[in-house]
Amino acid sequence: MTLADTVVVVLFVGITAYAVLGGADFGAGFWDLFAGDAERGRPQRVLIEQAIGPVWETNHVWLIFVLVVLWTCFPPAFASIMSTLFIPLTLVAVGIILRGSGFALRKLVEPVRLQRFYGGSFALSSVVTPFFLGAVAGAIASGRVPVGNAAGNPITSWLNPMGVLGGTLAVVTCAYLAAVFLTADADRRGRDDLCGAFRSRALIMGAVTGVVALGGIGVVRNDAPALAEQLTHRGLPLVILSALAGVGSMILLWTGYYAWARVSGALAVTAVIWGWGVGQYPYLLMGTLTIEQAAAPDATLTAVLVSLGIGALVLVPSFILLYTLNLRDDLGEASALEDSAESAESAESAESMTGTQR
Amino acid sequence: MVLAATDLFFLREQMAVSLGFHIVFSCLGIGLPMLLLIAEWRFIRTGDRVYEVMARRWSKAVGVLFAVGAVSGTILSFEFGILWPAWMSQWGAVFGVAFAIEGIGFFTEAVFIAIYLYSWDRFPSWTHIWFAVPIAISGVIAALFVMTVNAWMNEPTGFTLDANGNPTNVDPWKAIFGNGTTRYEFVHMLLAAFIVTGFLMAMVYAFKMLKGERHRYHRLAFLVSFTFGCVFVPVQLITGDAIARHVVTTQPSKFAALEADTTTEANAPENIGGIVVDGQLKWAIQIPSLGSFLAYRDTNAVVTGLDQIPADEQPPVNVVHLSFDAMVGIGTALAGLAAWFAWVWWRRGRLPRTRWFYRAAVAAGPGAVLALWFGWIVTEVGRQPWMVYGIMRTKDAASTANGLEWGLYLVIVVYTGLVVALIAALRGLASAELPPEMTEVDDELGGPGRGDTHAAPVDEVHA
Repeated sequence: MTLADTVVVVLFVGITAYAVLGGADFGAGFWDLFAGDAERGRPQRVLIEQAIGPVWETNHVWLIFVLVVLWTCFPPAFASIMSTLFIPLTLVAVGIILRGSGFALRKLVEPVRLQRFYGGSFALSSVVTPFFLGAVAGAIASGRVPVGNAAGNPITSWLNPMGVLGGTLAVVTCAYLAAVFLTADADRRGRDDLCGAFRSRALIMGAVTGVVALGGIGVVRNDAPALAEQLTHRGLPLVILSALAGVGSMILLWTGYYAWARVSGALAVTAVIWGWGVGQYPYLLMGTLTIEQAAAPDATLTAVLVSLGIGALVLVPSFILLYTLNLRDDLGEASALEDSAESAESAESAESMTGTQR
Repeated sequence: MVLAATDLFFLREQMAVSLGFHIVFSCLGIGLPMLLLIAEWRFIRTGDRVYEVMARRWSKAVGVLFAVGAVSGTILSFEFGILWPAWMSQWGAVFGVAFAIEGIGFFTEAVFIAIYLYSWDRFPSWTHIWFAVPIAISGVIAALFVMTVNAWMNEPTGFTLDANGNPTNVDPWKAIFGNGTTRYEFVHMLLAAFIVTGFLMAMVYAFKMLKGERHRYHRLAFLVSFTFGCVFVPVQLITGDAIARHVVTTQPSKFAALEADTTTEANAPENIGGIVVDGQLKWAIQIPSLGSFLAYRDTNAVVTGLDQIPADEQPPVNVVHLSFDAMVGIGTALAGLAAWFAWVWWRRGRLPRTRWFYRAAVAAGPGAVLALWFGWIVTEVGRQPWMVYGIMRTKDAASTANGLEWGLYLVIVVYTGLVVALIAALRGLASAELPPEMTEVDDELGGPGRGDTHAAPVDEVHA
């Protein structure tokens, strides 16, 4: 394995972390969108907010990590992708702004009307953003990003069967992961009602994801034959692993092992990402630019690996602290959404009390 | 079908709007953790609940401000590639490592901000305050490494050029640490972040006090944030001078533009204001020999003027010169305000009472932001026409895609909406009700107004 290959592995670790952790946060926004009106959907929205509130920014940084490693270690690949796919990527950028600020603002404002507006902006952009990110992946995987400054077609490079497949798969996968994660979160908090709701959503979305993935086989064979060839040979074990882990997570959900369903679901996504990587190898831009051609000088690659290695000494313990605290429910903050939930609840209980007194 | 590339104007303006938006949140991301530390530390030491409420409220503001800072920063990394792919393709390998290190700092900041914000009431104060320490440190580290990249663009190092003008013998450590501009830009920017944070926060409380809300909470919150802004202003004037003296040797074209020196001469005057028309500076106030003195500490020193810079290597002189003057002017005014505050505090041991002081303190918030923006205009527009000073022109760095003007329109619409939403939300936060014991009007240390709108300066009355 060359130095550049090592860096690609690091890059894919970043992509995987973003897809699993960031993906689940996007999916949470998907469920926020379909949680129902302000009154009915509030318990679900409060759970979503508690589950992703403390971690979504950290999870989001993985995207920056991926971009930075790409532009530092494989500059021509970064430049070609960003300049050819500027339309979906601009939409991703706008989605990221609206999602993050919508989420943060919803916690701060009192009027339900405003909460709904910011919540809507958070939720809608949580669906739009992964779609276009998936479309970007589809464009790269189908070899539609040539090397150069805006060298590819700005529209047909991503608006094609592979782009649409990538986008759709990203949205449903995020929604599936999030439903699995939220089932486990609700279970841990002893919210049986929410646990059941997200469990059935996870099962439905798992089936949908399976159908999209199966249908996707045909799309990949027709629209990205080079990738299909590798996926049925070198990448086959990972494809099978992904399918098994996906089905496995649904069985674990069905049987009530929610924490393990989370692990299995994450494994399914991880296997897809690495299958894509293995399917493309040695190309960074499928068919047009190899890892070696794109790689920065060894001095730069070494410097990045050394920096990240030293950084990991700080980061790994920090991550462990954050995720442990979060999973132990040691992190919490009063938010406007919860306040209105509390006031609604107390109004209800006051009502029932007067009822009994009467 | 041949389509022309988008006009460079749109790309540059999109970058300017995006950077101008993000930089304010970066400043708050660096400065606010320090203020949080001060407030929570005061609470732990004194047990005074005012400081606890202060720290809790500020941490709510940090929650939303950091989120917006994080996403608007992400947008910049998209724009690096969308707008300037040729720059990234050719130079990413040289300066990129700095961003990798910055990313580690940013990761750490995100982790500990989340822990800090979400662990009030979950840990004893003494444990809780420690979570703010990594935030403060990593914010400064992230800023340092971002600044090394800008410093590198102004003074490129860490490579040699081959026959085709491509970098070879790349030494990324030298690009980061071997750069003479970094130390000046970093310190100047760090202080700017503190000053902007202090004055923006103080603005909120000065405004409240002007409206007659003379509560102990507002007075102390004003005092903490305003003092925080003020202490760095005099130091900033010194670093500003140092940075200018560095620029005169490393980037003569930028220096000539910011001083509006049209001709190369000894005993160069210091030009204040004025506009360059057809190569001639008009309507400027000129202080003889001061330009040479400020640049070289020698009134007889020869300062390179624009006449020595080829026409196609000159930055747009008027924008740079007037921005520079505006930055220095605002900085000087802030120093005056700080001096006023310090004088009254020293002589009388309290805050000034005249309403004019608080009006000035309100203006200092946007003033500090304007100075920040003008400073960045001097740095960035002053570097033009270069993306990488002396090596790569901005026009050669740009994307050749067409239709990029829509990106600018989109960014303007989204950011305008976001500014309105944020101001509304933060106003709501600042107006939230205080615990009753903190709303007592305290006469002892005074403040402006007493609910009456035309309160005359009370200084004389109480003196």
